[in-house]
Amino acid sequence: MVASTPAKKLFSVTLRVWRQASPAQPGKFVDYPAHNVSPDMSFLELLDVVNDGLTVSNEEPIAFAHDCREGICGTCSCSINGKPHGPGKGVATCQVYMRSFQAGDVIVVEPFRATAFPIIKDLVVERSAFDKIQQAGGFISARTGAAPDANSILVSKAVADLAMDAAACIGCGACVAACKNASAMLFVAAKVSHLGLMPQGQPERDRRVLAMVQTMDEAGFGNCTNQYECSAVCPKTITHDFIARLNRDYVGALFRSKLQPVSASAGGGA
Amino acid sequence: MNILGSLFNSSIGKKILMALTGLVLVGFVTGHLLGNLQIFLPPQKINAYGHMLESLGIGLWLARFFLLACVVVHVWLAIQLTRENIAARPMNYGVNHTNRASLASRVMARTGLVVLAFLIYHLLDFTFRVQHPEWSRHSFALADGTLVRDVHTMMVQGFSRPGVAFFYILAVGLLSYHLAHGVVSLVQTLGFKNERWTRGLECFARVYCWGYFLLNAAIPLAILGGWVKAHV
Repeated sequence: MVASTPAKKLFSVTLRVWRQASPAQPGKFVDYPAHNVSPDMSFLELLDVVNDGLTVSNEEPIAFAHDCREGICGTCSCSINGKPHGPGKGVATCQVYMRSFQAGDVIVVEPFRATAFPIIKDLVVERSAFDKIQQAGGFISARTGAAPDANSILVSKAVADLAMDAAACIGCGACVAACKNASAMLFVAAKVSHLGLMPQGQPERDRRVLAMVQTMDEAGFGNCTNQYECSAVCPKTITHDFIARLNRDYVGALFRSKLQPVSASAGGGA
Repeated sequence: MNILGSLFNSSIGKKILMALTGLVLVGFVTGHLLGNLQIFLPPQKINAYGHMLESLGIGLWLARFFLLACVVVHVWLAIQLTRENIAARPMNYGVNHTNRASLASRVMARTGLVVLAFLIYHLLDFTFRVQHPEWSRHSFALADGTLVRDVHTMMVQGFSRPGVAFFYILAVGLLSYHLAHGVVSLVQTLGFKNERWTRGLECFARVYCWGYFLLNAAIPLAILGGWVKAHV
């Protein structure tokens, strides 16, 4: 037997959505009234419902990025009322529920805006700049083959926890979207710190931070001005302390890369 | 080698240079204020202090050149960084939302520009004395009989012009506001800040900025109000 729950009051809102057919075409806001909205609906479900209506009336549905819808994949994006991932702290757009809004609200929905994240269509942006940064250094070299013995590399709990805080980054790009300068520093800081804190990340530590920062700069992101808008919207609440750590790591790596002695046979084989 | 070149060519490097030059300039304006507060002492104090600085000779010019280089680097990089930041977001949001960026942090370029304009005026007025060449005369006798420049009279006459006094108070006010973000921000950029002691740092910055503004503003106000009078 299922316990009955009291019926929730349905309400109406207006979605003011950025529509842009393609990267080359100019976009504009279009209003879509939505009725019979349940407070228990997720925001993306509301977009689904609106899109059903658009499809039935032969209009182009709103394109938006989504995948797991449980806050772990980092695919959903969009800015809701000017805030990436909408109202609430530590949640992605897919975890925003309509109970966060009031009847009669006009909800403005736009794509993440950054030169490095060009718009593909409507609310969907190209975030492969993040992939390029990851490819530049967001990895470790590990011996493949049989699984290593457990605990053969000791990591203290405090360090493991801190590294896990950084590793929680899902690469959604909200930090870039929220930053007044569209800077990717929180993303890069999280990736650099997550590996740089662990013993397994030490061999490539200096090369990693230098390469990832260089790739970040080349992708056209802005510069950090320490306003911490990024960490305020991060769905994983990653702290901007990692940005200070990144700055420190970068300077150390830069000096070491320029001043440390190198082997005369560097690059050669035995 | 070429570490400096790498710093000038990367986003973090530029920020580090902004922070370091900012730190030098914060140190300078603090020392400058402490020196200026001698206006509240008998005239021979500040005149002897001015004479001591001028008699540093080549040392004074090296210090001036270093400070000027810091200003040039700070301003040049600020322009570069700001242009890059504007280019990084070609289209603004329909809804402009701010989560927690302080107003001081969002007007850094504007407060900085006013301070720069004031700096140029201030150097022409008090360092090169273009309007009042008579301020360069060595007309004040120290206790040992040495004739030195009368810095005390220059300051009293300088700030007796209400327009100049107003511009000065406005500039130090905006500089304090600039530093309200800058002092905390530079610690983050240099990589030393974390949330465990941010509150203490912010508290220090607030006290420092208010102190810096009020003590600076006290000088022209005391002169305009007649509490500090010309000694001749």
